[in-house]
Amino acid sequence: AMIKAILIFNNHGKPRLTKFYVHYAEDLQQQIIRETFQLVSKRDDNVCNFLEGGTLIGGQDYRLIYRHYATLYFVFCVDSSESELGILDLIQVFVETLDKSFENVCELDLIFHVDKVHSILNELVMGGMVLETNMSEILSRFEEQQKLEKSEAGFSTAPARAVSAVKDMNLPQKIKDMKMPDMPHFSSLYQ
Amino acid sequence: KGIIANTPKRLRDLIREIRAAKTAAEERAVKRHHPPSRCRNVAKLLYIHMLGYPAHFGQMECLKLVASPKFSDKRIGYLGAMLLLDERAEVHLLVTNSVKNDMNHSTQYIASLALSTLGSICSPEMSRDLAGEVQALIKSNNAYLRKKAALCALRIIQKIPDIMEMYIPCARSLLNEKNHGVLLTAVCLISQMCQLSPETLNHFRRLVPNLVRILKNLIMSGFSQDHDVNGVSDPFLQVKILQLLRILGHQDSAASEQMNDILAQVATNTETSKNVGHSILYEIVLTIMGIESESGLRVLAVNILGRFLLNTDKNIRYVALSTLQRVVQADYNAVQRHRTTIVDCLRDTDASIKRRAMELCFSLINGQNIRGMAKEMLSFLTDCGSEFKADCCSNLAIAAERYAPNKRWHVDTLLKLLAAAGNHARDDVVVAAVQLISEQSAYQAYAVHQLFYYASQDFSQQPMVLLACWCIGEYGGGLFSDCCADGLETYSAKSPEEVLGLLEQALLSSQSRQSTKHVAVTAVMKLSTRLPHQEQQLLDSIRHLAAYHCTSSQLELQQRSVEFSAIFRHHENIRAALLEPMPVMESRAESGRNLPAGSGAAAVASGDSAEVGDEEAAAAAAAAVAATFESLINFDDSSTGGVPNATTGLPNAATNSSSMLSTNNSNSVAGPLIDVFGDLGVSEPAPVSDASALPALPPIASAGIAGLQLSLVGSRQQSNNVDLIIRAVNLGDTNMTNFLLQAAVPKSLQLSMMPASGDCLPPAGGSVTQKAVVTNPNGVSALCGLKGLVRVEGVG
Repeated sequence: AMIKAILIFNNHGKPRLTKFYVHYAEDLQQQIIRETFQLVSKRDDNVCNFLEGGTLIGGQDYRLIYRHYATLYFVFCVDSSESELGILDLIQVFVETLDKSFENVCELDLIFHVDKVHSILNELVMGGMVLETNMSEILSRFEEQQKLEKSEAGFSTAPARAVSAVKDMNLPQKIKDMKMPDMPHFSSLYQ
Repeated sequence: KGIIANTPKRLRDLIREIRAAKTAAEERAVKRHHPPSRCRNVAKLLYIHMLGYPAHFGQMECLKLVASPKFSDKRIGYLGAMLLLDERAEVHLLVTNSVKNDMNHSTQYIASLALSTLGSICSPEMSRDLAGEVQALIKSNNAYLRKKAALCALRIIQKIPDIMEMYIPCARSLLNEKNHGVLLTAVCLISQMCQLSPETLNHFRRLVPNLVRILKNLIMSGFSQDHDVNGVSDPFLQVKILQLLRILGHQDSAASEQMNDILAQVATNTETSKNVGHSILYEIVLTIMGIESESGLRVLAVNILGRFLLNTDKNIRYVALSTLQRVVQADYNAVQRHRTTIVDCLRDTDASIKRRAMELCFSLINGQNIRGMAKEMLSFLTDCGSEFKADCCSNLAIAAERYAPNKRWHVDTLLKLLAAAGNHARDDVVVAAVQLISEQSAYQAYAVHQLFYYASQDFSQQPMVLLACWCIGEYGGGLFSDCCADGLETYSAKSPEEVLGLLEQALLSSQSRQSTKHVAVTAVMKLSTRLPHQEQQLLDSIRHLAAYHCTSSQLELQQRSVEFSAIFRHHENIRAALLEPMPVMESRAESGRNLPAGSGAAAVASGDSAEVGDEEAAAAAAAAVAATFESLINFDDSSTGGVPNATTGLPNAATNSSSMLSTNNSNSVAGPLIDVFGDLGVSEPAPVSDASALPALPPIASAGIAGLQLSLVGSRQQSNNVDLIIRAVNLGDTNMTNFLLQAAVPKSLQLSMMPASGDCLPPAGGSVTQKAVVTNPNGVSALCGLKGLVRVEGVG
């Protein structure tokens, strides 16, 4: 029992995250994304969330299990021995984890931080098998790795560090506190 | 967010520029313009890759990143490796060394990166190299790493099943874990091992009590707060354990017995107010059905499914229906109890649910509920979308044939069926109807009247019209007098003009399909002998209608038209004899009706079902010598199992009826199937042919009275063409004339027949030869069926 692919795309079919756990050539990957989008976007919002897989990704043995949140479709392509209801729960956990780590995640977050989304996903699913389902565990691991990365950050993040340092400095207050030296009296100059 | 605006903006610029770039070279130029931070570059590269641009030139970059000592570099490098490298490229081996070193790194996150990568892209070579490292990590004292190592081991044994042995002891000890994550992966690992090797399965059966205990702890004692989802403690783990129990208990009563209690307990204790509870219940049902459970437990499972059917959530209803379909054979009575709910699901708005409900309904039809169910299915057929009509129609026809309480009901139902299915009805249903009507002489008049009524109401429903034309032709005599069917309804007589009017419409209308026109022409001819009075005016109009298509561009139609006109012109004296009613068609040897394999598979899309039996019946029946005109079709279907073109049924039938026309009594010889491409197999066709002759296949004896023998000599011209030379020998002592050879091949082949050397076979050894060429473009092993028809003088 395994997950064959995890796809996230928006209402226009633009992919926002693609992870294949079985190898496909790149153009085939794009075809699969397009075909999956066509299959899934036709569905009404009040029908059930399971579909037979399209012809490219295995046909009758595989199912597409998806959830539609606002502008994004989360699609898991799984083989027939996975429990459909269980996978729906898994999608829920994934989305909630993203939500907690990005603070009210939206599509833009996925666009700009696709590597982070991958990292989170890698804590959830590995090699097509479910790795961890506890949200706080996933989150804490992810946070720790983020911290590790930040601490290592060298020259390239100097501008960022400089900016945050300036922010910490609270300049307006400092200006207020500055003590100006006394100006010499003009009158004494003309003496 | 403002602070990091820098990098994303660059990404956007990059994307915009790349989109404007036309070639890969320009793209690379664009990439060079963005200043190096290898790390960010690769991140951008991955984004580009996701959008579909080729990115394999980034593979080396990823490898360099992986080799760097910094975590941030490694992170992106490994991510890139997972997305860009594939195990079939040589390149991936270069990462093996880094992975090996990193797996033992002191920083746990670096080790975990290495493990993740190995788990994603491991190839057999990598797996062999690193199997030992992974095993060591399974015993690590870091739970996080243990968890990842366990899943890694799973992927490794998927690639190289032989090294499963080394993981068995550590997997077993993992079951003593408290950490849910590790437990989850351990259960996955053990499940996979059991699925790969039966000995390992036996070994792990001893662990059933342990698993039962773990499950009990999960549901009883206070749950671990972290893993609680909506009040249910770690549903994912529960589900995985249940799956493993299913594997272990399958076909093993001892193990199954140990599970009975816990299954019942979990089933009754699980909260069903949220979806989470449902996924556990669903898994329990699957497990109960998958092991040797006692019947009380099975009934409990079916009832759970019944409750699911009433749930408002569509997903749950869908899942329930598909599971019920899988268990309906085993627990037929239990499922029957929920029949009303299932029938209600037919009216659901969701197409997938409707389809599942439809299939399930057909599985539930039996002799007791046939009337009620047929009514339901007919009303479903009238309202449902067109994607369902064909399957529903065919399936209902089968069910009607099997369980019809009486013949009148059967005829009625088939007619209503055709009326409701309209143009979606498959030809085999029409064929079945024809056969039924020909058998039931008592209802022929009734049937013809009904058909006339239907056909005049709605001409666009071609299968119905076709059936009507054929019946009018054959049994038209019944139309000209009143009909009182079973003392219930009365149909008034129709005048010959009305009847001819209908047939004329069939012949001339643009709505008519070709097959309809063929049948209509023949019907018009037959009607000429069925008229109550042989008025010259009527005969003239018939003659006119028959000749109408003499100049048609459709060969079949033109041929018929011309031949029929010829009968009027030259053979007026034997017209009556030629157009005598056909003999009753013999039905199939088996009682089950055969659908062509293709539509049978479509009608019962989800695997096991009662209809599978029909395909076997078809295969058995095809071997029997049958004098019906469907036998040619069945050569195709049952022998190859390929998806046949169902519409070939009728034209063939029509051909036969014209051959019936010329041979009033036919002794047909249906030969057994000959594998003419036997030694070709599925190999590539050789460019140079060996002109070796296939061995002359042994002659096929006939089963008819007259002793017609067909024998086959084949010789190969090129590797995918076979010339067949068929010789027919008359072993009897009466003259045989009007020899007609028919051959059928599956759709993947092409057949062309040369003219026969003659069509008369003098007695005692007279012979006729005919050549046929079979082309096999795909080089598949194929079958060919032969049938010879002759007219034997002196026999009735």
